[in-house]
Amino acid sequence: MTSQEARESLSNSFGGKIQRETEFRGETSFTIAASDLHEIAKFCRDELSFDYLLDITSIDNFGEDPRFEIVYHLYSMPHGVHLRLKLRVPEELGAVDTISDIWPTANWHEREAYDMMGIKFNGHLDLRRILMWDGYPYFPLRKDFPLEGLPSEMPDVAFTKVTPMEGGPFVTVPSSAGSKDREPRAHPPEL
Amino acid sequence: MSEKRATAYDSKIEGNMIFTRFDAALNWVRKNSLWPMPMGLACCAIELMATAASRFDIARFGAEVMRFSPRQCDVMIVAGTVTYKMALAVKRIYEQMPEPKWVIAMGACASTGGMYRSYATLQGIDQLIPVDVYISGCPPRPEALLAGLMKLQEKISRHQSFRDQKPKLTEKLEEMLAS
Repeated sequence: MTSQEARESLSNSFGGKIQRETEFRGETSFTIAASDLHEIAKFCRDELSFDYLLDITSIDNFGEDPRFEIVYHLYSMPHGVHLRLKLRVPEELGAVDTISDIWPTANWHEREAYDMMGIKFNGHLDLRRILMWDGYPYFPLRKDFPLEGLPSEMPDVAFTKVTPMEGGPFVTVPSSAGSKDREPRAHPPEL
Repeated sequence: MSEKRATAYDSKIEGNMIFTRFDAALNWVRKNSLWPMPMGLACCAIELMATAASRFDIARFGAEVMRFSPRQCDVMIVAGTVTYKMALAVKRIYEQMPEPKWVIAMGACASTGGMYRSYATLQGIDQLIPVDVYISGCPPRPEALLAGLMKLQEKISRHQSFRDQKPKLTEKLEEMLAS
């Protein structure tokens, strides 16, 4: 199976459900609806032999609706073919189904997406935080979360403070000024 | 026969008697047998391991006995990035160490948070526990850690333990000596 064949097979089976198809350097991305994910993912594994889920990434398009975008990176071990599935999900609870019953590795990937972005997956058996501690009140990779953090306190578990931001090379503005003036430090997003 | 200078310690009269200050003897014992608690949290721990290995040989300074139980340690070497998730665990381990105890903040992250200016990183372990020696570097070379250890030894040798722990007794003794 080549990338071309996988594409045609998906188009034939789910023609109406594929919203957009892009090709970049021989790798294909399909944009689909969140409600079709489980069905298409199962087809990809069982019929197209995409036996390996490389990664799940999520993007916060702050200010747009639906807010989040999730990208599933699939790989076929026997054929050496990559495939991406993209979908947009809103902030509300249970917008997208888990695929941890299809690829067990999705369990921890989805926990990370939940921990960092606050995306909640339907049917996940163990949707706890994976990096931050249980009870941490924020989702730190959201665009409206400041880089310097927000203060929080859980007695005997953990705490966070706001990090002083002066003196760090976080934002570089192109100019002929010296590096001290060219890097006027991180700033909180304008809400 | 050549004239011999009087010294505090002479191997010829070993087993007899030497005179010294109590603090000097105590500090000498303490500073040459610092058992480290290797609090290796990030890449600095690799340099800490190199320091303990044969090329740099931290045993030359009497600090080769890495103990993984805080109850047997004298100096905590905080080697690496202290995240907020780990911060209270580091503090708890420090509190389990018996007195007297010292802390070395090894590297930029343990000293100030280093390059991690973010929501997840404690900006220096000195916000939670008292630090005796800060070592710059990212990560510091083993020589730098040894230099930091020697600085700590200097600090310990200046310590007036007896005077600090028994101020009234010291005063009384000095009065007796004076009269």
